[in-house]
Amino acid sequence: MGEKYVLQMIDIKKEYYGNKVLKGINLNLKPGEIMTLVGENGAGKSTLMNILFGMEQIRNTGGFSGKILFDGKEASISAPEDAIRLGIGMVHQEFMLLPGFTITENIKLNREILKPGILSRIFGKRLSRLDRETMGQDARRSLDKIGLNIREDEPVSGLPVGYMQFVEIARELDKSNMKLIVFDEPTAVLTEVESQRLLDTMKKIASEGVAVIFISHKLDEVMEVSDTIMILRDGEHIKTVNKEDTDVIALAELMVGRGIDAGSIAPKRNFDDSDIILSIGHLSVDMPGEAVKDFSLNVRRGEIIGLGGLAGQGKIGVSNGILGIYPAEGTVSFHGSPLPLNSPLQVLKKSVAFVSEDRKNVGLILNESIEQNIAVGALRVKGRFLKKYGPFTQVDTKARRENAHRMIKDFQIKCVSERQHVADLSGGNQQKVCLAKALTMEPELLFVSEPTRGIDIGAKQVVLDHLVQLNREKGVTIIMTSSELKELRSVCDRIAIVTDGKLETILTPYAGDVEFGLAMSGARKLAETQDEEMKK
Amino acid sequence: MNKRMKKIVNTFGVPRLIIMGYLLVLLIAMPFMGLQMEMLYTQAFGRIGMYGVLVLAMLPAIESGIKMNMALPLGVLCGLFGGAMSLEAGLDGWGGFAGAIAISIPIAVVVGILYGIILNKIKGSEMMIATYSGYTAVAVMCIVWMALPVRNAEIRWPQGNGVRSIVTLTGKYEKILDHFLEISITDELIFPTGLFLFFGGACLLVWLFMRSRTGILMKTAGSNPVLAEATGISVNKMRILGMTISTVLGAVGIIVYAQSYGFFQYYMAPLNMAFIAVAAILIGGATVGKATIFNVVLGTILYQSIMTFTLPIANVIMPEGNLSEIVRIIIQNGIILYALTKAGEHR
Repeated sequence: MGEKYVLQMIDIKKEYYGNKVLKGINLNLKPGEIMTLVGENGAGKSTLMNILFGMEQIRNTGGFSGKILFDGKEASISAPEDAIRLGIGMVHQEFMLLPGFTITENIKLNREILKPGILSRIFGKRLSRLDRETMGQDARRSLDKIGLNIREDEPVSGLPVGYMQFVEIARELDKSNMKLIVFDEPTAVLTEVESQRLLDTMKKIASEGVAVIFISHKLDEVMEVSDTIMILRDGEHIKTVNKEDTDVIALAELMVGRGIDAGSIAPKRNFDDSDIILSIGHLSVDMPGEAVKDFSLNVRRGEIIGLGGLAGQGKIGVSNGILGIYPAEGTVSFHGSPLPLNSPLQVLKKSVAFVSEDRKNVGLILNESIEQNIAVGALRVKGRFLKKYGPFTQVDTKARRENAHRMIKDFQIKCVSERQHVADLSGGNQQKVCLAKALTMEPELLFVSEPTRGIDIGAKQVVLDHLVQLNREKGVTIIMTSSELKELRSVCDRIAIVTDGKLETILTPYAGDVEFGLAMSGARKLAETQDEEMKK
Repeated sequence: MNKRMKKIVNTFGVPRLIIMGYLLVLLIAMPFMGLQMEMLYTQAFGRIGMYGVLVLAMLPAIESGIKMNMALPLGVLCGLFGGAMSLEAGLDGWGGFAGAIAISIPIAVVVGILYGIILNKIKGSEMMIATYSGYTAVAVMCIVWMALPVRNAEIRWPQGNGVRSIVTLTGKYEKILDHFLEISITDELIFPTGLFLFFGGACLLVWLFMRSRTGILMKTAGSNPVLAEATGISVNKMRILGMTISTVLGAVGIIVYAQSYGFFQYYMAPLNMAFIAVAAILIGGATVGKATIFNVVLGTILYQSIMTFTLPIANVIMPEGNLSEIVRIIIQNGIILYALTKAGEHR
C-alpha cells in the first residue's frame, strides 16, 4: 500500500484478426480516484476493460501486448478469477444475478460464510451449513452503504431493473479486498433518480479509497462524477484531462472529432423540393436493447439519409420496426398512403427492402447456397426465378444462377462457386450476399443497417460505392443506419441522430464534430444551458 | 487418391461408411454361409419398396422445421381407416388399393392440419409431444376399431363388432404393386417393379414439390424461421403444410406397406412405424433439421438390407436357440439408437 497508483496499464495494444482495436493505451489510476473512459462505439473502451478483467474473448483472439501493474507489482490477469483475487471488481451492463435466489445469496455467491455441521465433520468442508445470520448482516451492510432500502432476504427475481443493478454493486462492495471497481455503462437501464443514486454511490465508494473506472457516454454524468476523464477514439488515447479543465462541449469535440477531411464528405445536395417518399410519425418499437420511443422523420425521394447515434439509443430499432421484425406502433406512410406495421410481407411488396444488421439470423440461410440466398427474397415477394406450368411452379435454376453470377461479379464476392454454402464465407462476403439479396428485389426504398460491419477497409468502399451508385443511377432512396459517423458523413445527404429512442436532431454531413458529439451524447440541452450561463 | 477418399468420407460421414461397410460384410458373407441368396435379395427388395413411402413421409416434416415426425402413427391410422373402409365396401384389386388411398387422403389432410395447429403452439418440443400424441391416437383408435360397426365378415371379428387385429389382403390386392410388371431375374430372384415404380413416383412428386414456389418457401421456413418471417413467409402455415404432407404420405405409405406385407395390422401395430422410418432416414444421412430424397432412398436401402440379411446370418453363426434372435434385436435397436443419437444433431 502507499503506492502512488493502484493501477497502471502501460502501452496496451490489441488486434482482432489484423484489425487494430487498441493502439497503445496508457492508463494511470490513483486510489480513490474516479476516472471516466469516454468514446464512441468501437473506440476501445470495453476491450480495454475486458483485458483488465481477464475475459476469455481476449485470450481466444490472440491476447494483448503491454503491461499491467497493480499496486506497483506486475499482474498477470488471464481469467476473471485473477482479477477478482487482486481486488478488481466489475459491474456489468447485463446483470449476472440468479433470479431464483435472494439478495443475500446473490451477494455472497461463492463466498458464503460456512458453519460446521454433522455432515461436514464426516464428509468434509463442502457439506458445511451456511451461516445465514452473518451472511445477512454482511449483505445488509453493503446495501446500507448504497442506501438501498430493501430487505436482504428478498428474492432477486421480483426486483425492478434498477434495483438489480444495485445488488450487483453491493456484491462487489461486499468483497473485502476491493481496490478498484469498473462500472461499464451502468446508467443505461436506470431512471434518472436511480442514476443519481448510482453516481452518489460511486462518489462514496471513491471517498473510502476504492478507485473507480466509469465508462459512459452521458457527458453530463461524466462531468458530475469524474476526477479525471480519458478520451479514446479509434483505439487511440486522445487525451486525459482533469474535470476542472474541461466542459461538455470540449469533451464532445474530442470524442467525435477527426477534423473535416473535405474529400470524405458527401457532396451537397438539396432535396427540399422532392416529395416526401416516407413519412414516419411517432414510431415506437419494442426491440430489446434498441428500443424506439417516439421517432418521427420525413424522408425525401431520392436522398440518402443516415440514422446515427450511440449503441442502444434506438437507431437500429427504427428500420427493424418498420420492416415488421420487432413489434411496432405509430403511423408510417409510403407515397402518401399508409404503410401497415408488423407485416413484413406488405412492406416488402411495396418495393421496400431491408438489409438487417443481424446477418446470421435475419439476413442469411447459413446452410443454403449463395445463389439461393440471393434469390429467396425476390422469389417470395416478387415471384422471380420461377417457371410456371399451369397452376404449378418450379424454380428457374438457370435464371437464379445467372443472377447470382452477376451479383458475385458486381460485389466481388469471394467464393468457390455460387453453389457454396454461405456459412463458409467470411463476414464481409456474407454481408455482400445480404446486399445482393436486397438489390435482387429491385427496391424503390432501401433500408440498410450497419452495411459495412465486419468488412475490411477495401471492401467497405466497394459496398458504399454500390449504395451510392444505386441511388444516383437507379434513383433508389436509401435510409442507412450506421454506428460509424465517418461512413454516414461520406455518403449521406442528411444525418438524423437518434438518442434515447427519439429523433435528437438532423445534421448535414459537414456540420461540426461538436454538434455530432453533443447530439449523440444527449448533452445538447446541457451545452445550451452552459452557453446561456456563460452569457450571463 | 487421398483427396477423393477424403471427399467420399466427407460426403457420407464416418458412421454411414461404417454401416455401409457392415452391409458389405453381410453381402460377402452370405454366399459363404450357404444361404439362399436369391430369396434373401427378393426379400430385401420387397422390404425396401414396402417401407419407402413411410420413410419419405419424414422429409416434408424435417424440411418444414418440425423435425422428425414422431407422430407418424397419426398418418398411419388414417391409412388404416381408409383401408378398412375400402374393404368394407367390398372393393378389391386396383379398385381396392386406389379406394383405400382415396378415402384416407382427405382424412389425413384434416388430421395433418389439426395436428399442425397443435404443433405451432409447442415449438421446440415437437418430437417429444409427437411421440405421446402418437401413443394417444393409437390408444383412442383401439377403441374406435373395436366399436366400428363393420359388416364385412372378412374384416370383422367373428364374435361380432369391430375390426380384426390382422386383416388379410389375400385375394383382394395383396402384392398388387409388387407383382405389377415384376421382373423374374431368376426363379427365386424377383424384382417387384410396380412397388419401386410407386416409391419412385412418390419420391419424384415430393422432389418436384420441394422445387416449387411453395416448397422453397417451406424449406426456407424450416431452415431459418426468423429470416422467413422477415421475408413475409408465414412460418406457422409452412409448418402446418409440412405436417399435412407428412401425414398424407404416412397414410399412403401404410397402404403400400400393407399390400406388400399382405396384411393390415390394427390396434397397437402403428406405434412401430415411426421409429423405423426415423432410423432409416437418419441412417441415410439426414439430420433433424435437413433431409434430401437421397437420404430417404439410401437410408431405406441400408436399413432394410441390414434387417433382412442379419437374421439369417446370425442364425447360421449362432444356431443355438434364440441367440440369433437376440442378436437381431440388438442390431436392429442398436441402429435405431445410433440413429436417434444423431437426432440431436442440428444442421
